[in-house]
Order: sequence, then C-alpha cells, then structure tokens
Amino acid sequence: MNVNLTEDEIAFRDEVRKFFAEKYPADLRKKQDEGITLRREDTIRWQKLLYERGWFAVNWPEEYGGTGWTPIQKYLFANEMAAANAPVIVPFGVAMVGPVIYTFGSEEQKQRFLPDILASNVWWCQGYSEPGSGSDLASLKMKADREGDHYVVNGTKTWTTLGHVADWIFCLVRTSSDVARRQEGISFLLIDMSTPGVSVKPIITIEGDHEVNEVHFDNVSVPVENLVGEEGKGWTYGKVLLQHERTNTAGVARSKYRLNSLKKKAAQSIHDAAPLMRDQNFARKVAMVEIELKALEYTDLRTLAAVATGKAPGPESSILKIKGTEVQQSIDALFVEAAGYYALPYVPEQYVIDFPDEERIGYGAETKSSLRYFNNRKATIYAGSNEIQKNIIAKHVLGL
Amino acid sequence: MDFSISEEQSMLADSVSKFMENDYDFERRQEIAETDDGYSKELWHTFAELGWTAVPFAEDDGGLGGGPVELMLMMEQFGRGLVVEPYLANVVLAGGILRRSANAGQKSQWLTPLIEGNLQAALAFAEPQGRFNIADIKTTAQRDGKGFILSGNKILILNGGGAEILIIPARTSGEQTDEDGITLFAIAADSAGIKRQAYATVDAQQAADMTLSNVKADATAVLGEIGQGFSTLQDVVDEATLAVCAEAVGIMRTMHDKTVEYSKIRVQFGVPIGSFQALQHRMVETLMACEQSRSLLMWAVMLDTADNADTQRAVSAIKYQIGTAGINVAREAVQIHGGMGMTWELDIAHYFKRMTAIDLLFGNADYHLDRYIRLSP
Repeated sequence: MNVNLTEDEIAFRDEVRKFFAEKYPADLRKKQDEGITLRREDTIRWQKLLYERGWFAVNWPEEYGGTGWTPIQKYLFANEMAAANAPVIVPFGVAMVGPVIYTFGSEEQKQRFLPDILASNVWWCQGYSEPGSGSDLASLKMKADREGDHYVVNGTKTWTTLGHVADWIFCLVRTSSDVARRQEGISFLLIDMSTPGVSVKPIITIEGDHEVNEVHFDNVSVPVENLVGEEGKGWTYGKVLLQHERTNTAGVARSKYRLNSLKKKAAQSIHDAAPLMRDQNFARKVAMVEIELKALEYTDLRTLAAVATGKAPGPESSILKIKGTEVQQSIDALFVEAAGYYALPYVPEQYVIDFPDEERIGYGAETKSSLRYFNNRKATIYAGSNEIQKNIIAKHVLGL
Repeated sequence: MDFSISEEQSMLADSVSKFMENDYDFERRQEIAETDDGYSKELWHTFAELGWTAVPFAEDDGGLGGGPVELMLMMEQFGRGLVVEPYLANVVLAGGILRRSANAGQKSQWLTPLIEGNLQAALAFAEPQGRFNIADIKTTAQRDGKGFILSGNKILILNGGGAEILIIPARTSGEQTDEDGITLFAIAADSAGIKRQAYATVDAQQAADMTLSNVKADATAVLGEIGQGFSTLQDVVDEATLAVCAEAVGIMRTMHDKTVEYSKIRVQFGVPIGSFQALQHRMVETLMACEQSRSLLMWAVMLDTADNADTQRAVSAIKYQIGTAGINVAREAVQIHGGMGMTWELDIAHYFKRMTAIDLLFGNADYHLDRYIRLSP
C-alpha cells in the first residue's frame, strides 16, 4: 500500500493539466468562473475538444473509442478537470445510454449511435421517471405496442433533464402488462425527439430555472430496430445504467474543487468583514465536510480499484451516491452560510454574459450560492433517492 | 498509488485472524480478563513466539522491520478479538519510544527483552491536569549531580501495574505546557519513591496511576536528548492513535456484522426485526460508517508510509471519524440488539466499552477536530 504517484502517473497528470491550461477556451472558463449558465453550443464545443484529444469517453472500453485508462488515471483526470473548473460533461449520452448500447445493443446499433455520442453530435436525454412512477420506477406505465415493424408509444416521462435541447431520448417502456413481476415486460427503447407526437413541456424548478421537462408521447411511431437488446429485459439493462450513474454522481473531484474555493473565500476579508474561517464554528463545519470528503475520495478509489480487477460496479456504488450527494449538499449549504445576507437577493439576471460589474450585487457569485443550494436539493432525490439507495444496500449487500 | 497489500502482509493478517478465530473466542477472552493479571502471560509468550511483538522494530534491533501497514492489519484483528494482552502498551507505546530514542546499551537492556516477550513496559503519557494535551507536564526532573530527581503524578498508565520498566516524560525546563524541556526517562518500576495504584479499566484493560516522590534516576535512564523528548513522544502517541483507530475499524465492522446477523434471527411481531425499514436504513448507515472509516484509515496509514508531513493531520481526521461515526456504530449495535445488547454476557456490550475507551484515548473527537483545523494549511 502506498499513496505516491508513479513517475508515469505524474507525467500523465502533468499532460492533462497542460491540456486544460492550453485548450480550455478562455470564454468558457470566464462563464464557468462567474457562474453563468452554459448554452447547448458551449457544452458541445467543450465536449468536442475532449473528443478530439481522445479523452471524452473516459470509462468506455478502448474498442469503442474509450481511453483504456487505469482507475488512477481516471481519478487524476477527474481531479484536473474539476480543478480547472471545466464544464461538467453531460452524462446522458456518454455515461448512460452509451454503456447500455455497447453492452446490450446490436452491432448495427453500436455503429449507428456510438460515434455520434463520442463526437457529441447527438444530445441524449433520459426517460425513466413518470408522473406516477418516481421511487417506484417499476410501476411505470408508458406503453409501447408492437404493430408490424414499429412500436406505437403512448405516455409521459418527467424530470427529463435538458429534454428541451435533446435530439434523442432513451426510455424504459412497458411492452407487456401480462407478467408475473412488474419488472418484467419493461423494454429499453431509443426514440428520436423529432418524431411526430413527441412534445416537451418545461418544468420550472425551485431556483427559477428551466432545466427539467415533462415529455409527452402521443401515438409516437418508433421502429423496432430502436429496441435495445431483448424485449422485456429493459429493467436489467436499466439497472446496469443506474449503477454507472451512481458512481458518477459521487462527484468527488468537483466537491474537492468547490470546498477548496469555499475555504479560499472564507479565508479572505470580504465586505470588510473578518475572515469567516476565524470563526471556530464555521471552521469546524468545514473540517467535518473535508474529512467526510477525504473518506469518500478513498472509498471511491477503492471502488475504482475493485472495478479495475474486473468487477462491475455493484450495489456498493449506492454508498458513493448517498455519501457523495450528502457532501455536495453540505458544501452548498456552507456557501450560503458564507454569503450571509448576500445569499438573499434573487438576481438571476446577473448570471448572463457581460453583466456590468458596477451593477452587480454581492462579491463574485455570492448571490448564486442560494440558487445552487436550492437547485442541488435534487441530488439526494434523483438517480434513485437516497432512501431507495438504502433499500438497495439493505437488500443486496446486507441481505435483509 | 496502490491499495493492495504484499504477500507477507497478507500472511501476517491471516495468522492473527486465524489465531483470533481458533484460540481467542469471546469466552476465552472473558476468562482471561477476569484473572488477577487481567491478561494471559502464557499467550503473551505465544505472541512473542509468533513474532508479533517484533513486527514494528528494525531488523538490527531484532525486529521484523514492519511499518504502519503491518500494525494496521494486526490491530484490526486484535479489535475483532477484543484482545486484552498489552500489545499497545508494550509494543506501540513503550517500544515506540525505545526504538526511536534508546541508545545501543539501552536497547539491549530493555528493547531486546521486550521484543522477546520477557519484559513488561509502559509509557506514562498522561497527567491529571493535562486532559488530552501530552505536552502538559508538571512532573519535574531536577538535576542531582549526574542524575535527576523526579516528582509528580501520572494517570492512566496502560499496563502500568504490571510493568517492570516505566517510561516517564518529565519536565527538565520550561513552563507547564511547553513542548521544549520535556525529557524521557526509563525507570525501574520498583524504584524507591514510586507509588502505583493499579486498576482495571471499563474495557478490561489494565492501567495504573502513579505518584513519583523524589525518585532517583541516573544519567543512563535518559532516553534521547535532554529537553527534546516531545517530538518522539508525539510521534509515538500519533502512532498509537492510528493503532487504536485500526483496532476500532475492526471492532466497528464486527459490531455491524453481528447486528445484521442478529436482526435476521430475532423475531418480533412474527417477523425478523431486520425486515423493518426503520432498522434497515440504520444498519446501512453503520455499514457506510465502517467503509468511510476504513477509507480514512487507509489514507492515514499510506501517508505515514510515505513519511508525509500531513500525517498528524490525517491521524486527527481518522480519530475524529472514530469518535463520531465509529461511536455511532457502537451505539446502534447495542440499540438494535435491544435488551440483549445491555447484558454482560453478550460480546456486544464489551465491544461497546472498548469503543468508548478508544474514543477517549489520546484525545476525543472534539480534541482531534480542533487539532485537524490547527494543522490545516
């Protein structure tokens, strides 16, 4: 056991650091640092830069255009990307549907979909939850009835993140209701969002943003070749996807970056106030989160090391989801606490490009701290709420 | 970065683990704990024969050249077995001072027999007024010709009652809490002026309080440099802190596992209590606490291997974790065992008491959280 990086790992880290220093566009960096919401074309431009360097599909096998990196390399890459405050990669294509397609899809599907996911030519979104099916996902009702060489799809998906900018959606649909277990009869279907009968309705969330949507399907015709794997096996495929999603949602590197930013901010005198880190109560809260995050970092590394020996991410990934989102939310709350009264002005118009500094309320993005805090209450709810994660661990790890 | 352990390390862990399984079940442990000595002298010799007492010492000193990883692996197993033999006191605390500060003559006098299992030793790291601050030392050592005269009070000397040699930090200069001016002495326990009051602790360990009244120490009793003993004392106490954290990780996992198993067999309202979601989620919390604690322990141990300056901070991080999340695992185990968890008969109660002691030893969670902050860059 040792914590030191090898010479090769140091060289790799330096190479990645150099890439972010040189290739991360200044205008995107400015937006990120000032808390300005990225547009679709911003994200695509950044993802294409990573793709061109061969560093986009970090977790994919090499044969499909992945990196073939060791767990430590992936860890170093995530750290450098977060330390540069580079945009978060939109996960729905590369981290979610991609692995399902290369694991369970046909040769034709791999050739048709994977290259466009790699190159960020096609923007994917996720169709899992329904208005009546949240934590109890297996109760989903959206129907896909086979008629000749296509399915006729009817129903509603909800909480569809970035559905309003997406080109395609992957859905869990019910292809049979004549089943012994509700988990049977569910299939994994890929649907072009431009198909007639698909409509998107915005949902405005707590912080006032349009991020998620309701997507309605009214007699939408989907060719049978868009079915992934076997009919009725969608639940199994979806579970594999969720396990990938859960390891991704730990967000350790991003939390490290944010906690460091918080500490730097709190060590300064802002608005002529004494540095907050001198307040022992605040310093203790920061230290408690930092220790939990360090533990999580090593739990994450241990999981990665286990995956490298050939194990698929198992139910243990639920631990990463629970702890990762708890840490994120603790950091969100500390930013609000650090901002004090400056967390209260609701001025979202400040977070557009070229907002004049002389009109800005608060220091930096202080007034955004509360909006992030509000928005990220979602983290313990999405991807299977943390209570559902505990059910999963209780059943599959503890055998209860 | 590498999380795997070597073949030798794996063999060591297996040998301790098998011993606990085959020769140290809970009934045996209780029998031993209730003897006058409070531990088994026979088993202590077995520990020495198996090489365990030699693990952390340099090969030149007759040791096996092990490091923090070896210590972690052993202590975790000692935790599972609730070992009462004075490994921490002899090997980690007293042995830790001797291997760092003793000269060749002192090593052959004390360290060699300690490694062979033929000498009982102890380190007097605490004073009544000092709480968790090991630099808070009122015990004085005044010059007396070539030697010194020691006076003062020490408390909670682990293995202090049975120890034949006592390592005593005393103040040769400076103010009460100065780090400078602390000198380490090795003094025979039967020296004139030493009065010891031995007792068992709540977790069935053996300890003693001690009064020193004009105890004579000659120059050969001084370990290391005069007035410069603090950094050694601190390194040893940090190593011992890490050792009890590893022990705690072993205990936590055992308590968690036993609780889950119990919840599967204990039937109330016609069903196993483990089928209740209110209990399931709490056992998931204790599982996560076990995993997070193991992760922090591995971090701290690996930093130590790299001889990193951040080691002290990492030690405080894991000790804070044990004192918070770890204690919660222990409390939940008793709660979910219900009335049975309250009984002297069941091992759960004794694991709980050991966790309580470990939280206090070398500074509790509050102490280490503040130390962590103080050491932060």
